[in-house]
Amino acid sequence: MSSLTIYRRELSSYFSQPTAYAIIVIFLFLSLGLTFSFGNFMRVGDSSLEWTFFFWQPWVFMLLAPAVGMKLWADEQRTGTIELLGTFPVSTWSAILGKFLAAATVWFVAIALTFPIVITVNYLGDPDNGAILSGYIGAFLVCCTFLAITMLVSACTRDQVVCLIVSVAICVLMVLCGYDDFTRELAKAVSPGFVEGIVSIGVWDHFRSLNRGLFRLQDFIWFGSIITVCLLGTSAILSAKRA
Amino acid sequence: MIEVVKLTKQFGSKLAVDHLSFSVKKGEVLGFLGPNGAGKSTTMRMVTGFIPPTSGDAKVCGISIVDQPNQAKQKIGYLPESAPLYQDMTVIGFLKFCAAIRGLTGSAKNEAVEKAIETCFLQSVARQSIDTLSKGYRHRTCLAQALLHDPEVLILDEPTDGLDPNQKHEVRQLIKRLGETKAILFSTHILEEVEASCSRAVIVDRGRIVADGTPAELIAQSGSGSLTDLFRKVTTRDTEPTAEAAA
Ligand SMILES: Nc1ncnc2c1ncn2[C@@H]1O[C@H](COP(=O)(O)OP(=O)(O)OP(=O)(O)O)[C@@H](O)[C@H]1O
Ligand SMILES: [Mg+2]
Repeated sequence: MSSLTIYRRELSSYFSQPTAYAIIVIFLFLSLGLTFSFGNFMRVGDSSLEWTFFFWQPWVFMLLAPAVGMKLWADEQRTGTIELLGTFPVSTWSAILGKFLAAATVWFVAIALTFPIVITVNYLGDPDNGAILSGYIGAFLVCCTFLAITMLVSACTRDQVVCLIVSVAICVLMVLCGYDDFTRELAKAVSPGFVEGIVSIGVWDHFRSLNRGLFRLQDFIWFGSIITVCLLGTSAILSAKRA
Repeated sequence: MIEVVKLTKQFGSKLAVDHLSFSVKKGEVLGFLGPNGAGKSTTMRMVTGFIPPTSGDAKVCGISIVDQPNQAKQKIGYLPESAPLYQDMTVIGFLKFCAAIRGLTGSAKNEAVEKAIETCFLQSVARQSIDTLSKGYRHRTCLAQALLHDPEVLILDEPTDGLDPNQKHEVRQLIKRLGETKAILFSTHILEEVEASCSRAVIVDRGRIVADGTPAELIAQSGSGSLTDLFRKVTTRDTEPTAEAAA
């Protein structure tokens, strides 16, 4: 119940200020722009959207998702409103949940607004819409994972800029780690076991399979557990800071 | 209604609050005095459940803030020292949010918000965005937030800070009026306020109570008929050489 109140407040704060609009516009511009330019959307005729569209999503998210999440706790600590929140009869956990869902909703809207591309492929060809849907689910999960990481970082600092830089760095690492070109280079230098370890913290392995329309339980568990761990960590950091 | 038992807070090696015990009954207004850094705000933060005490406990209406924080917090209205607010909201939007989070809905919520706006004289700025408010109005908005759910216990950290003389007077009257039916704990640096609205006052210094009594008793204790003299006598001044420095 109190989660819902906090969710509503956060969401209206995103949409009463330029933040959400700016990020949504930049996101649409980048993801559709990359699809039509480097993705060679018109020439390749990739109706599943796997390589032309979804391929770019993690690269865009790693830069933009932290921009949505950075204010969540950093701002609360800078302005001192955390003292209000901490003395309202709500648990830290419901505040965390409300805030996280609000940020996720902003991204849900942003991702949903890429629908013209789905209409286009359906008009031009005969795509597997199930695979496209699962690609979208994968993209949203990657985004939520990055948001959860940003939230964890924002609990540690009152400075939004520090939060943005640190969380982008972590997200970039997670995108690079499982990326084929990167791991191939890495494999030349270090042992295969180490490479495997690196790949396992990257997002690609899990994102790819969803792109192909495969619903593997392990992928959902992977995304789910990272998100849960980050949210639990946020709660732990917030209580540790007050002590 | 507020019962503080051996409350202690240690920040690293610094003892901010040192086995503090006091109680405030219903119908009582307790003034909380003390020099800067005495531990007033820290005590209030512990009583309101914002920071956990190192040891000791505080009971609000018989409910322990340590064991049952959510139930205890429902009984408390709290005005933090810096009067923090969500800058991106309007005054009325903010108050509605606070009322909703306190569990008020529908017409009860709207009535509570209207009443708080009236009590704190916020009608003229109700639809203004908080980031364009003057300091005094911000302070009053945050005070309104503390009154919304008509709590049994009010904890106000420097409620008259930043207010103009008219508003200072109004807030003192308000505290006195509310104090008849509630238990109020408020801190201040203005000693006249103690005489104007408190039924009892304590002076804390370095986390300990050094004087306790009704305003009249304290004035008698000072010997010279002035609270300021007593305050200067019982508290440590930054201008004096400290014990460690002297040694
Ligand atoms: N989070 C914290 N970490 C470390 N020390 C702290 C913290 N919060 C407060 N203190 C210290 O505890 C002591 C008491 O601070 P507190 O804010 O309670 O004083 P105060 O009585 O409210 O003073 P003022 O009249 O200036 O408001 C101070 O010495 C302060 O430096
Ligand atoms: Mg203080």
